[in-house]
Amino acid sequence: MARENEKEREEAKQDDAVALPVEGERLRELEETWKSPRGVWKFLTDTNHKVIAMRYVVTAFVFFLLAGLEAAVMRLQLARPESRILTPDLYDQFFTMHGTTMMFLFAVPIMEAMGLYFVPMMIGTRNVAFPRMNAFGYYTYLIGGLLLYIGFFLHVGPDAGWFAYVPLSGPQFSPGKRIDIWAQMITFTEIAALVGAVEIIVTVFKQRAPGMTLNRLPLFVWAQLVTSFMIIFSMPAVMMASGMLAMDRLVDTHFFNPAEGGDALLYQHLFWFFGHPEVYIIFIPALGFVSSIVATFTRRPVFGYLAMVLSLIATAFIGFGLWVHHMFATPLPQLGQSFFTGASMMIAIPSGVQIFCWIATMWRGKLRLKTPMVFVLGFFAIFVLGGLSGIILASVPLDWQVHDTYFVVAHFHYVLIGGAVFPLFGAMHYWYPKWTGRMISERLGMLTFWLLFVGFNLVFFPMHQLGLKGMPRRVYTYLPETGWGSLNMIASVGAALMALGVVTFLANVWASRRAGVLAGANPWYADTLEWATESPAPDYNFANIPTVEGRSALWEMKDDTPIVVGLSTECREVLCTHIMDAEPDHRYELPGPSIFPVLTALAVGVAFTAGIFTPWAFPVSAVLSGASLYGWFWSNRNSKNEPVKERRARTDKADRPSPRPAARTVEGEA
Amino acid sequence: MTTRSAINVRLGRAGRRVLGVALAAVCVASTTGFDANQKVLAPAGPHAGGVSRLWWIFFPVLAVVYVVTLIFCAVAVARGRARQGRDAGANSIPPPEAKPDEARERRVRSAVVVATALTTIILFVLLVSSFLTGRELTMTRSDAGALTIEVTGHQWWWEVRYDDAVSANVFTTANEIHVPVGQPVILRLSSTDVIHSFWVPNLAGKKDLIPGKSSSVWLRADREGVYRGQCAEFCGMQHAHMAFVVVADPPDKFWAWVAAQRQPAVNPQTDSQKRGQAVFLSATCVMCHAIQGTQANASVGPNLTHVASRAWIAAETIPNTRGHLSGWVANAQGVKPGVLMPPNSLSSEDLQSLLDYLQSLK
Repeated sequence: MARENEKEREEAKQDDAVALPVEGERLRELEETWKSPRGVWKFLTDTNHKVIAMRYVVTAFVFFLLAGLEAAVMRLQLARPESRILTPDLYDQFFTMHGTTMMFLFAVPIMEAMGLYFVPMMIGTRNVAFPRMNAFGYYTYLIGGLLLYIGFFLHVGPDAGWFAYVPLSGPQFSPGKRIDIWAQMITFTEIAALVGAVEIIVTVFKQRAPGMTLNRLPLFVWAQLVTSFMIIFSMPAVMMASGMLAMDRLVDTHFFNPAEGGDALLYQHLFWFFGHPEVYIIFIPALGFVSSIVATFTRRPVFGYLAMVLSLIATAFIGFGLWVHHMFATPLPQLGQSFFTGASMMIAIPSGVQIFCWIATMWRGKLRLKTPMVFVLGFFAIFVLGGLSGIILASVPLDWQVHDTYFVVAHFHYVLIGGAVFPLFGAMHYWYPKWTGRMISERLGMLTFWLLFVGFNLVFFPMHQLGLKGMPRRVYTYLPETGWGSLNMIASVGAALMALGVVTFLANVWASRRAGVLAGANPWYADTLEWATESPAPDYNFANIPTVEGRSALWEMKDDTPIVVGLSTECREVLCTHIMDAEPDHRYELPGPSIFPVLTALAVGVAFTAGIFTPWAFPVSAVLSGASLYGWFWSNRNSKNEPVKERRARTDKADRPSPRPAARTVEGEA
Repeated sequence: MTTRSAINVRLGRAGRRVLGVALAAVCVASTTGFDANQKVLAPAGPHAGGVSRLWWIFFPVLAVVYVVTLIFCAVAVARGRARQGRDAGANSIPPPEAKPDEARERRVRSAVVVATALTTIILFVLLVSSFLTGRELTMTRSDAGALTIEVTGHQWWWEVRYDDAVSANVFTTANEIHVPVGQPVILRLSSTDVIHSFWVPNLAGKKDLIPGKSSSVWLRADREGVYRGQCAEFCGMQHAHMAFVVVADPPDKFWAWVAAQRQPAVNPQTDSQKRGQAVFLSATCVMCHAIQGTQANASVGPNLTHVASRAWIAAETIPNTRGHLSGWVANAQGVKPGVLMPPNSLSSEDLQSLLDYLQSLK
């Protein structure tokens, strides 16, 4: 049996780890085992985390472009008073689509996608913990997004705002299918978000390279981990809100109908219990990008590791206690509201700590101003302003005046674009070489930055003043007498600059992919493990799973730093380690390519899409999902369910035995 | 620029300079020309005044924090760049410092701790001032001697009812709220359809009108004037055109207005007006509108008893001129697409008579 030979070979290698001809063959085998399937049909069966994550990134970026175009049309409409480019009906669809797309189809998925791509690489493993579920998550997300946009192109786009407050979104005031499509799309994307969160948590907890104890976890990974927990706690609330709304609309329940004893405010509580943490779900991963970039370009670890980690966790906790500040204008008791003022202001402390730590890092570091770092500086300038205007919104009396005005529009674009999109653009410039193997042009990168930075401030700074001058949000036009015309015109001019910035970025991505300088494994001389393998990384990520001897894995790596040997090259085997101290625990075989994730996603898609028209969709879909899940679990070609075999995974070091030999494992327990 | 002098009193010279820069930045983006009276920072009463005072505490403090943070950031960048140049020439990459020197780290750590402590103190001060302002605005509300007005939000206009112990004195109007200068006013808010939000920035912060919930807001106009307000919660297609005005008059003028509003509609005088009334009562108008003193008493649309006394129509969307009124009656959809008022196909003579009649309803 080949497997027996393999075992012998492995053992031989343990005796002589640097036998090169054997090494070459081992790499070929690894290549063969982890290879992504080729071909049109096989395309749908892929379960490699990098492939799935890259599909997420590309899809989410396409949605970003669509939502950006929607914003551009809205800016065109608002540039002058009483213009008639969009009818009010279309404008309502545009702003609803813009918000919904940016929040549900762009921001959360792309942030998770960055995690799904880089978390396994940063912690030194070969795939996420549940590769097929990962693929399933992507396809549900894709179906949800397509459903929404097909509806929009058929003039059945949702028009009640991304928050879809009842009763406006209820059956009485929004007849037709528009809101149903919105509600179902929410459910789809939330499933995908939950799946991604579970992937990241389990992968981080169980698959870290030996030596990467929790207190050596890169800040990027901490950010992803904390975000994933937030997703798990917050998404169910919005799924309940959208589910109850869908039931009110489709099967005549009265959860939110005051005439039948329902409560319109309940919807707001449910929505914002999700909606506020959502902001941090978008923002915290971006903090991870910033930490990675700052460490690399200051040539030192980020100052105050413990403070940074605790700040992330504190932000996540406090983030769940702020939701009422979206509801200060509702008739809730004022004393109760004041507690939320306190919590809303408190969250500025951990954010502040992180900003101070980054400034301290630059202060003590050796700074190189490359494009990713410049985007981080842009992040400081924009995000801090957005954070400070957030303190104004936290105050109950001030919020009575500025709530639901353009002041709020300015504020959350400062925190979301400044706090998430600028770091994201920085991250895309930073990891571009890892994705493509080529460097992205610095010159075009700087041009992108300046266009976006100047454009952004032109668009959104005047909006603060518009809000104070009384301009409410979500208006499709305004009277010339209001005097809001000039500021709106400035904002619209800025929007054109931002659009140019995005076009420059796309051109840069395209051109650099063809003509960029070859990057090599670690072009920025960064410290995290994703740079320990070639660019782009092979399907199996690492030829040898590395071990870690400090927080800055690569900077602290020595010539005799051990590597992990003993993992099978014949099946998709990864090393599982202990949660706290990342000592080797056992080997675990991951399932390979399968068509069933996409089939299951389609079956679920039938339920939620056809469910808009008939409740029969649900039993039909239950049967279809059951069938595809049967295939998923019982057709696992990679799992042979062989009896227990005792094997050992160990860290190979000539002069020192590994701290603890691996425990037993059941092969094929996937 | 009274607000500006008010802050100058509050701040020292250094603060004034920083604030000057910030204000200049705001003014650059500012516009000239006629602005509607719909501004948060031009308070005309104690409620908006309290919030405005709070703003002038928050804004300078936060502006200073912003500027100081960015200065530190810029200095950090300059220092970092200099160290990079010193250690390794401009274009090469210095070796990483995986384990930074402990003693130096400790000095930076104390700076970070101080910054965090300052942040906490500043936030606490702001929190307390916010709480005190909120408390003050609630406590100074006096229901005794207050004028009570019922405001009901509709898609997309405001129904305004002046209550009175004597039922004959109760009257209803739309989109124009008259209040006496100096007297507190309680606005009881409700909605019959979706959520709206009542907001008149010069006088008071906003309050949501939620179906099934009661809410109220109090205000007092200390200066005469016409203050524009607008629905602030998205309420459907014509959310943009759901405005109103609060007209603050001296008490005698206000009570004269009330006396006039309490009167039923004037009877039509000319033939044309008489014919207009007949048109009104026989066409679809009567299904939705009320005119006190006639058989029309529906309450789906605005009460038209004294429609000619109002300066604007269609929830402050178009001026109440004959031309606009004519266009509105004939085809309201052309002015406010989606509005619940249907188009009316009246003969030109009928329309002219109807306009004559409506314009007589002072």
